[in-house]
Amino acid sequence: MSKEMIEIRWHGRGGQGAKTASLLLAEAAFSTGKYIQGFPEYGPERMGAPITAYNRISDEKIRIHSNIYEPDYVVVVDETLLKDVDVTAGLKKEGAVVINSAKNPEELRSLLNGYEGSIYTVDARTISMDTLGKYFPNTPMLGAIAKVTNIMEEEELFKAMEESFQHKFATKPEVIEGNMEALKRAYKEVKGSER
Amino acid sequence: MAIRERLSGNEAVATAMKQINPDVVAAFPITPSTEVPQYFSQFVANGSVDTEFVAVESEHSAMSACVGASAAGARVMTATSANGLALMWEILYIAASSRLPIVMPVINRALSAPINIHNDHSDSMGARDSGWIQLYSEDNQEAYDNIIQAIRIAEHKDVQLPVMVCMDGFIVSHAVENIELLETEKVKEFVGERELEDYLLNAERPVSMGPLDLPPHYFEHKRQQAEAMKNAKKVILEIAEEYEKLTGRKYGLFEEYKMEDAEVAIVVLNSTAGTAKEVVDELRENGVKAGLIKLRVFRPFPVDELKEALKDLKAVAVMDKADSFSAAGGPVFTEIRAALYDVEDRPEIVSYIYGLGGRDVRVDDIKKVYDDLKEIVETGKVESVYNYLGVKE
Repeated sequence: MSKEMIEIRWHGRGGQGAKTASLLLAEAAFSTGKYIQGFPEYGPERMGAPITAYNRISDEKIRIHSNIYEPDYVVVVDETLLKDVDVTAGLKKEGAVVINSAKNPEELRSLLNGYEGSIYTVDARTISMDTLGKYFPNTPMLGAIAKVTNIMEEEELFKAMEESFQHKFATKPEVIEGNMEALKRAYKEVKGSER
Repeated sequence: MAIRERLSGNEAVATAMKQINPDVVAAFPITPSTEVPQYFSQFVANGSVDTEFVAVESEHSAMSACVGASAAGARVMTATSANGLALMWEILYIAASSRLPIVMPVINRALSAPINIHNDHSDSMGARDSGWIQLYSEDNQEAYDNIIQAIRIAEHKDVQLPVMVCMDGFIVSHAVENIELLETEKVKEFVGERELEDYLLNAERPVSMGPLDLPPHYFEHKRQQAEAMKNAKKVILEIAEEYEKLTGRKYGLFEEYKMEDAEVAIVVLNSTAGTAKEVVDELRENGVKAGLIKLRVFRPFPVDELKEALKDLKAVAVMDKADSFSAAGGPVFTEIRAALYDVEDRPEIVSYIYGLGGRDVRVDDIKKVYDDLKEIVETGKVESVYNYLGVKE
């Protein structure tokens, strides 16, 4: 397996847009010339049910077609999942988990089944309410994971995402600005307890 | 210059259909079908194709409308999946026996019951005797490339048979990955126009299609149909060669991966081949002479070519993502084992049924199969011919 490949696992709840966020991240990485995979694990598609989505990002063609069991990074879009789902299962120690929470990273470590690696948090709820007026945590989480993985330059990311949003929200352009603001704030505000 | 894109498997296939711009697409555009007719109906609605889109009330009707349109002389496509394919069953045979070159992406998914929408190959494997050519695709790129080639294969004068282009449901159909597209003009030039000798709307030379065919002639028609399937093998290779000149991407009856000096190998279809190639590379780094065969063409079955490719191995595992419930191994396994019958010093061969109903296929699963093969070679003994991989029991 290519050593340069980054594997990311997203945990969210149905309706929060974790699948969309994984696809947008793939798209942003694609725009910088990378090989990408973005795919959800389809289960019962119920609002609020735990869902999983995945990204692979590489400089070489990606051939593997299985789910991700030993991710480099984990994104937790909904803090309440920490009680129900072993989000750090298989997560590499030298990797990181990025959680949507107003808390400081170390306050969450006790909920992570002994995970020894880096923890990052970002208050996606506040950012989303401030910028969009509604709770859509996926765009801020996208900004946070892009910062933590450092898969592309800040300017590249913002440019790629603006294009994606213009495409995705072609019928409601009024939300593009808010989403860009959410992305940028999360990129700046994500805070880490690095190991 | 190729167009660099990122598309899901469903989008890739729908894009190929858009570039082909068939005369008629008849499809049932909701579950149990796929997103393919949904995307394609958008192309129809926004005028990017001038296809006649027939939204029918069932898959049985979809294939019936395809048969009618194709017999009339149109270039016809549809798409389906799982139980949708099952509902087409009766008409699949009519399409093939009437020698109608319909092209259909099949997004491989499990059949009910119990209800399951995830990937396996039970749907298309069940249709293996329907007389359709079957091409299998590892990823979105291969699905796209196979669809474009399928038009030419189906319509070739020595073939005149329908073609299914299969890809893995969800694993490929719903995953966004990189892809290289051809410019639409190049696709149009490659597929050309359907050339017809006889068709129902030809007033100059009236013909009947699909009439009663009693014992004096039915058998002869079946014999011709069998000949067409035999011809398909050569035609598939010719068209692959032409396509390679256009794209640089090489296709054959199957792909041989690190087979030159291999002692053990897996035979597999579709997306699992990609995962298995990773394992082959790792094993090779550790000095294991492992190889892989990815079958692209299952109908016609490349019996002689596979025999040649497999004969010098010490042990082979054939992986089936469908259980034909013969109680004697999966459908690909039984045919490959039969292909090796004539080989004097033939390799040991074992069956693995795996991944049913979307059970994820992990790198470790594939490693286990190669480990089993290594043990067979070392001990010279086959403990178990018929195996289930990754099942809880």
